[in-house]
Amino acid sequence: MKTEDVPQDDNYTLGGHRKGVYARDAAGRMVLVSSRGWEVEEIVTDQALHTLASQAAQAHARALSGLAAPLEYWMYARRMDPELLAQTTGLWRWRVRRHLRAEIFARLSPALLQRYADALGLPPAQLATLPPQP
Amino acid sequence: MTFQHQHAAHCESGTIANLLRHHGAQVSEPLAFGASAALGFAYLPFIRLNGLPLIAYRAQPRAIIKGTAAAFGTRFRFERFSRPAEGQRRLDELLAQGQVVGLQTSVFWLPYFPETMRFHFNAHNLLVYGKEGDDYLISDPVAEDPQRCAAADLARARFARGVLAPRGLLYYPAHAPRAEIDPTRLAPAIRKTARNLLAPLPLIGVRGMRTLAARIARLDPRDARSSPFIGHLVRMQEEIGTGGAGFRFLYAAFLQEADARLPGQGLAGFAAELMEIGDAWRDFALAAARMVKGRDALDPPAIAALLRAQAAREETFFRALLRAV
Repeated sequence: MKTEDVPQDDNYTLGGHRKGVYARDAAGRMVLVSSRGWEVEEIVTDQALHTLASQAAQAHARALSGLAAPLEYWMYARRMDPELLAQTTGLWRWRVRRHLRAEIFARLSPALLQRYADALGLPPAQLATLPPQP
Repeated sequence: MTFQHQHAAHCESGTIANLLRHHGAQVSEPLAFGASAALGFAYLPFIRLNGLPLIAYRAQPRAIIKGTAAAFGTRFRFERFSRPAEGQRRLDELLAQGQVVGLQTSVFWLPYFPETMRFHFNAHNLLVYGKEGDDYLISDPVAEDPQRCAAADLARARFARGVLAPRGLLYYPAHAPRAEIDPTRLAPAIRKTARNLLAPLPLIGVRGMRTLAARIARLDPRDARSSPFIGHLVRMQEEIGTGGAGFRFLYAAFLQEADARLPGQGLAGFAAELMEIGDAWRDFALAAARMVKGRDALDPPAIAALLRAQAAREETFFRALLRAV
């Protein structure tokens, strides 16, 4: 890739940042060039973000209809899944899955709530609430 | 001495180059990347990130730091902590002594990253070069300019849990590095890289690429999970730490620098050839992204064939490189 071919596609996913990429200058030397992004990267990052957002939206809907605890929504909103939340809290995965059920969540001890709150970086009281929109 | 931040393509090679340069070493990011034999490939389906397999295009975390330090005749002190408060106290102590300190962190909890780039990846590297009030002054090599981060956020990023948990890891050189790289280190590092890519193991190097190609070829185009799998592959390759093409270009830059120190081995020619291989990785990423976006029909066997072609090219390339040095 030549320096003048380094993509400058203004990826929204870079949030205005520029990333460093190596490319060949006119003298044939590899040099660092700042890039405003490549569309290919935007496509795949957008796909990953979209997957996470739709998981959060589905969990939001489940929590609104009482099928799941709001904890499930907060887990996905923090870009986690049951496996990662289990690793982060130090709990077994099957326990985390169980705690995502509304009736089980309602009986969680303050100590367990605090563990989830720490893992998700939220105040414990917020775990039982939902924002109006996902 | 005031600290000079420099933008880089990859976090670990950029961090270590910035840190050793601060200690007077003549080191660029490509030199650090190549001297530590960081280029590689590993397909690790048993390590899952958000349900998708880990595809690594580089040596394991800290290999670049250790390898570069050795090439410059020094080594690093690594410290981990069981409690965030201890980790912060030690960081403050080292800063007060005038050290610039390297940290391993999660990306997700760093507020200066754009929201769209904050994923749970725990092996990010950055430097802390000062503190003002409650804010740490951060040199993050993947950012163009120095950043600031509040103490509570940095503590969270340092003590994130999960795969590759940093456990508060901080590091700094045990003693001053040499000003110039030990040139006898270059040829062994190049041979090690070539051998890593040619390893006789099914998940590593060009064989790992072929195993991954076989996995891709089995994807069902009608399965809703197939497109995210291919997208994930490209994201691991190009977006996160600039795996495929980016690392080939970075290694080509290293081969050019190595050519100046080891003349007569034809390394400049290898650099030129690797640039072409890197361009082909970009073509691969483009073809995959067009399918993800729906501009072309999802065709897993076609993606697998492109990946096998890359494996074949790299096998030829690294066999020749191994013979040359």
